[in-house]
Amino acid sequence: MSARKRVTIPIRIEPGSDLPAAERAAVLEAVNRNRALEGALLPILHAIQDRLGWIPPRTLPLIAYELNLSRAEVHGVVSFYHYFRQHQPGEHVIFLCRAEACQAVGAVALEAHAKRALGVEFHGTSGDGRYTLEPVYCLGNCASGPSLMIDRELHGRMTPERFDELIGATSTSAASASGSASGSAT
Amino acid sequence: MQSIAEQDLGTPKRQSAKQVTLNVDGRQVTVPAGTSVLRAAAEAGLSIPKLCATDTLEAFGSCRMCLVQVEGMKGFPASCTTPVAEGMKVTTQNEKIANIRRGVMELYISDHPLDCLTCPANGHCELQDMAGAVGLREVRYGYSGANHLDAPKDESNPYFTFDASKCIVCSRCVRACDEQQGTLALTIQGRGFDSTVSASQAESFLESECVSCGACITACPTATLSEKSLIKAGQAEHSIITTCAYCGVGCSFRAEMQGEEVVRMVPNKDGHANHGHSCVKGRFAIGYATHPDRITKPMIRASISDPWKEVSWEEAIAHSASELRRIQKKYGRDSIGGITSSRCTNEETFLVQKLVRAGFGNNNVDTCARVCHSPTGYGLKQTIGESAGTQDFDSVMDADVIMVIGANPTDAHPVFASRLKKRLRAGARLIVVDPRRIDLVRSAHVKADHHLTLKPGTNVAVLNAMAHVVVTEGLVDEAFVRERCDLGNFESWARFVADPRHSPEATAAATGVDPHELRAAARLYATGGNAAIYYGLGVTEHSQGSTTVMAIANLAMATGNIGREGVGVNPLRGQNNVQGSCDMGSFPHEFSGYRHVSNDTARETFERLWGVPLSNEPGLRIPNMIDEAIDGSFKWLYVQGEDIAQSDPDTTHITAGLKAMECVIVQDLFLNETARYAHIFLPGASFLEKDGTFTNAERRISRVRKAIPPLAGMADWEVTMALANALGAPMRYNHPREIMDEIAATTPTFKGVSYARLDELGSIQWPCNDAAPTGTPVMHVDHFVRGKGQFMLTEYLATEERAGPRFPLLLTTGRILSQYNVGAQTRRTASTVWHHEDVLEIHPFDAEQRGVRDGDLVALASRIGEISLHASVTERVQPGVVYTTFHHAVTGANVVTTDNSDWATNCPEYKVTAVQVRRTNHFSDWQLRDREEGVSLRRMAKALADAAE
Repeated sequence: MSARKRVTIPIRIEPGSDLPAAERAAVLEAVNRNRALEGALLPILHAIQDRLGWIPPRTLPLIAYELNLSRAEVHGVVSFYHYFRQHQPGEHVIFLCRAEACQAVGAVALEAHAKRALGVEFHGTSGDGRYTLEPVYCLGNCASGPSLMIDRELHGRMTPERFDELIGATSTSAASASGSASGSAT
Repeated sequence: MQSIAEQDLGTPKRQSAKQVTLNVDGRQVTVPAGTSVLRAAAEAGLSIPKLCATDTLEAFGSCRMCLVQVEGMKGFPASCTTPVAEGMKVTTQNEKIANIRRGVMELYISDHPLDCLTCPANGHCELQDMAGAVGLREVRYGYSGANHLDAPKDESNPYFTFDASKCIVCSRCVRACDEQQGTLALTIQGRGFDSTVSASQAESFLESECVSCGACITACPTATLSEKSLIKAGQAEHSIITTCAYCGVGCSFRAEMQGEEVVRMVPNKDGHANHGHSCVKGRFAIGYATHPDRITKPMIRASISDPWKEVSWEEAIAHSASELRRIQKKYGRDSIGGITSSRCTNEETFLVQKLVRAGFGNNNVDTCARVCHSPTGYGLKQTIGESAGTQDFDSVMDADVIMVIGANPTDAHPVFASRLKKRLRAGARLIVVDPRRIDLVRSAHVKADHHLTLKPGTNVAVLNAMAHVVVTEGLVDEAFVRERCDLGNFESWARFVADPRHSPEATAAATGVDPHELRAAARLYATGGNAAIYYGLGVTEHSQGSTTVMAIANLAMATGNIGREGVGVNPLRGQNNVQGSCDMGSFPHEFSGYRHVSNDTARETFERLWGVPLSNEPGLRIPNMIDEAIDGSFKWLYVQGEDIAQSDPDTTHITAGLKAMECVIVQDLFLNETARYAHIFLPGASFLEKDGTFTNAERRISRVRKAIPPLAGMADWEVTMALANALGAPMRYNHPREIMDEIAATTPTFKGVSYARLDELGSIQWPCNDAAPTGTPVMHVDHFVRGKGQFMLTEYLATEERAGPRFPLLLTTGRILSQYNVGAQTRRTASTVWHHEDVLEIHPFDAEQRGVRDGDLVALASRIGEISLHASVTERVQPGVVYTTFHHAVTGANVVTTDNSDWATNCPEYKVTAVQVRRTNHFSDWQLRDREEGVSLRRMAKALADAAE
């Protein structure tokens, strides 16, 4: 016999009143900017991820309500695209190219190094919460591979040594606010 | 899993004026344009293997099993998504095709458990059948690779399981939830090999948005989604087509049986009301029929404080008859009466009113429609001429504007609501008139264009204001009015509603409705194309219930929205056979077919046939019976299948009336609340135990077929017959079909109805007569039944029940999806998992003022009674309004509701009661006394109690 469920009726008609303010604001702004588009869900999800770095599952009821969709529909779309993240990423997201051109010039070794250096597999976040490593299939920088992108910034001719330098630089750049390597401040 | 008895043609039927002829494997076949090759082949008797296609859902083309070759086309198109073309030549079987299919099947089976022999779908599994059809002999990939064989089983829902390990990700469940039910609670999450079915956001089915309609289970080709009852029992060996005994939608079901055990209920694809769809109640909540609480032996007692004593049927019937004779002799002919049930069949209802009129010699017969749709009967008769809705349910698919007033279809009429939502998804506009934010106001793919949040009790003012806009803004359909309606009285009505005091602005203070919103809604209704009104008890259960029904009919006539597909005035009737019980002459003033007892022609018809003189004086209504019982002049009551002590308003008054009677006979499945005050208990039979017919909200007469023998040995019609025979008012019927023949012979609107005709046509919408031998889906097509449509003046009079300093809130009541009315049935099923108690919905503002927090126990007091229940703080209700359900007898919602009633029909004003709410720490005096009486007035004699254990 199944567990007895309390007769629950939501207090608020509009879901999301219990969301952290930043998440609620991100959702509502994304919705308000894109609502009238045909097929507004994808642009809205992108806008939310751009702002929050991920799409917290707890925001789905509000997204669904605003677009008159079911929660299941939104979940189906979010989970279909690997790009949409359902877990909070590290402070910086590294997209490592695994496409053919980069593989031909050392991407495989770079991948192994990156995983070792950060102590993660793809989609994982380093123990200190600073880096999330993601695979990507072509950054359009094939002439200068191997390529990677940290946050929004593209880096070519990557080597394990430069990778180490880069994550060192990124580690301190936030503090120095030089902005040279970090695009994560948004 | 589909019904064992149904054939699946693969893709839905297409309607087209154009016929297309093609050649499939050398056979010529002609089908409507737009039909798929898969269906055309099936109609030619050729079966193409398929997994993701089923004829209740649009083609999807994902399983790659139904591939065929078409001359002149490249490759192997999927026959489910390929429409037929003139002269097309299709090959469904050859070696190449066989190789592809076998290869695809091999992949499916490489990730599917090989436990066929112990699988619930064994013997009726589409995957198994297809593996057989394609000749799969080996799986070369082995089973050591990644697979889903250890995927967990979700058993959270009380009625079905989801076994992910058996899922082939064909999306049939997801599409059924989208297309048929319209809840869209399921999705495919992830992609590629990781694709799995997910309820909402990867939740258990119970926690998700799922409403347990069961559409996904019927659609599932494997055992992934299976009824728990089927898992327990195994496959059925025969099935019986019958009609659901819950709401007024009247869904057709196949009861799948093993001998005399019901294995499961499967909605009937050929059902004209439901087209293969169902809701949680009809599909699953039938456990009450075999619940241990069923009383299966007649019982009697001298006084209600005595324990019950089991007796034989003969003794119970003889005792009933002798008490009746004694009382009638002592107190007079009019001191006795009967109540028919909207839960019983037409035939049973007809017999009870016949027993009263012919056997008792008075017209003291009434029915539970008194407390629900009696204003519909009266209001529609006065205006358009017939006491019934004007359309069939399918008509909604042609509506452009749908106005829902005082109805909550997604909870109370779920299968119709699914059809309505389908139409809304196709673009129809929606107006909701309701004090509460019902789900139709806004939910997935549904959004009302206008929600008029009126104050309870102001329906007439709102409808008059809408009519005011129609008349003063020149939106009247003059051609229609001129041709179809009585012009003189149209003009006086138009002058009446055009009066500035009816304007949206002038009425806003009383109704609380924004005048701009109301004007916009009225314009949309009048000018948006085909406009259909659907209404429920939120219209009828008011002191101006009949006036509201007439105001609705006025509005429809003035805008020409009657007499064709897509329009009309549609009461959503509450109970399975409330339309039928009214049709059958259950009212004290009317014979079957709504003919007044003073109508000499009608009366003579019955007098001639029954061989007794009949009274031409209307008899007592239920409230009159109770009043006269308290006054001491009404002493004997036969209640068939109704629980007035729980369902009727002002419970304390009702029970006082019952206590004042000398003999109360209750005929029911259970020892219900009314039975506490009974002296004779006659066991009833559930809908599974008898033959008969129910008539649904669209006037559709459908067969109820006996699936199991009556648990108590007699069906209800047989009991009434025995009672009549004991009284010396002989009734001799061998089968309910003979009762229907008598109904047809005496009732003009039923003239063409017979069991043979019903078997032939599946179901019939009355009127069915020489002019309409197959029935009448849409009424009033060329002219109104009464001749000219009559506009009635509908002056708004505020109810006397209004909020004041002592009782500042207005209580309104309603139903919820998982429970049904007084809950006698659904409380005895696993559906209590969703709603095990009635709660009070209260707006956060009103709650805060009273220091009430969500979940607190609160006292709900009106001027006539007080109960305690838990509060649910929610914005679904507006400030000043509170809401509860009446599914649980222990709550006693009707202890609070008053004896105010509709001016014309006495239909109680359940929807408006002035109340106060405060926090409390104890149950009310009534509830405590009720609990004690629940034991003391239900005692069984010692031997009986032992036997029951």
